[in-house]
Amino acid sequence: MHYVSQILPSLISGTGMTLSIFFWTLIISVPLGILVGLGMITRFKPLTWVINIYVWLMRGTPLLLQLIFVFYGLPIAGIVFNRYDAALFAFILNYTAYFAEIFRGGLQAIPVGQYESARVLRLTNWQTLRKIVIPQVVKIVLPSIGNEVINLVKDSSLVYVIGLGDLLRAGNVAMARDVTLVPMLLVGVIYLLLTAVCTLVLKRLEKHYSYWR
Amino acid sequence: MLELKGITKKFDGKTILDQVDLTVNDGQILTIVGPSGAGKTTLLRCISGLEMVDGGQFLLDGQAFDPATNRDNDAVIGVVFQDFQLFPNLTVLQNVVLAPTMVLKKSAADAEKEARALLERLNLGGKADLYPYELSGGQKQRVAIVRALAMHPKLLCYDEPTSALDPDLRREVEEIILKLKREGMTQIVVTHDIPFAESIADQMLRVEPKE
Ligand SMILES: Nc1ncnc2c1ncn2[C@@H]1O[C@H](COP(=O)(O)OP(=O)(O)OP(=O)(O)O)[C@@H](O)[C@H]1O
Ligand SMILES: [Mg+2]
Repeated sequence: MHYVSQILPSLISGTGMTLSIFFWTLIISVPLGILVGLGMITRFKPLTWVINIYVWLMRGTPLLLQLIFVFYGLPIAGIVFNRYDAALFAFILNYTAYFAEIFRGGLQAIPVGQYESARVLRLTNWQTLRKIVIPQVVKIVLPSIGNEVINLVKDSSLVYVIGLGDLLRAGNVAMARDVTLVPMLLVGVIYLLLTAVCTLVLKRLEKHYSYWR
Repeated sequence: MLELKGITKKFDGKTILDQVDLTVNDGQILTIVGPSGAGKTTLLRCISGLEMVDGGQFLLDGQAFDPATNRDNDAVIGVVFQDFQLFPNLTVLQNVVLAPTMVLKKSAADAEKEARALLERLNLGGKADLYPYELSGGQKQRVAIVRALAMHPKLLCYDEPTSALDPDLRREVEEIILKLKREGMTQIVVTHDIPFAESIADQMLRVEPKE
């Protein structure tokens, strides 16, 4: 017990880094994902083409590799990020692609008739999107977004590769130093707590959207 | 009064509507009948501005207008879709007041008052706070009619209003259409149900498939 309270502060500060990557990625990637998802279904072909290549690259290569490229590769091209910004940039790029793909599916699940009935009612495209399309899409995509959110909690541990001190790294350091698995057990418990909270929040959201079918 | 002069519509070079002429007088009911694939729905979609025509012109009260681009709120053409297309995320009342508040810029209170009166008139009095999934087919259709009426359309179009309903509900639709006619609404009804068409029509248009 004494040992636990000894290493807890460093684990908690690692959790801070994990949460910071998690929140910023989520807050920026979800709206971006909606925009990019919209871009995927426009009739402007060059745009959908560019987006499809981007999504293919992001989903077709490991996030770990993308992190390495952003932090060690981009400086060769004269673009230098500090460790934290590089991690955030790579995560946002990667997660936006996944979210965009999910939103594209959601957007395409809305029947054309919904747009047409909005159109004959003289609603503008923006009004249609805001009042009719987005609420329906959100309900459709919530379970898939939920999966990605849980993945994001765990994926955030990949930032160790560029030397950021997140939760997993904090556990790793303590384990190597004290030659015991206890820190890693604690790390596991903390991840479980984090994902449990996410699951709870997502269930709430799904419930909130269950008043219509 | 709506007039169509030489309306032509092609899909991928194939002519579906060839030089269609027709006139619907104010307060009258035009029914459009014909076999499947003849272009009834297409004609209705051209009139309601959901398809661009390839030739011909539309006149509304003698004024040329293009349904596909017209944004004049005094020249709305209402549509009751075959599958109603209510907005599932909104209650009955919200479905009805959405466009009047957002497009006609009515106050929420005015729009609601009018919507409730319209719902009452089509026997939907107690349904205002339900969601579309909680309604029967006939009720959904009446909500779709109310939603269209709330925009004060010049003209109300229906595509196959009896097809999604039980046979015994056919009379009910018929009564609603005739009631709206008595109130002065101009209506166009596409149907393949000839007895139904005959019993409500002031005028019938028969469209034939182009070979
Ligand atoms: N968007 C489209 N693109 C290409 N062809 C179309 C399109 N919409 C309709 N058509 C064709 O136009 C023709 C007329 O179709 P339409 O739906 O107007 O027929 P309809 O008279 O309403 O038939 P039904 O009684 O079966 O509803 C059909 O041959 C159909 O295949
Ligand atoms: Mg049809």
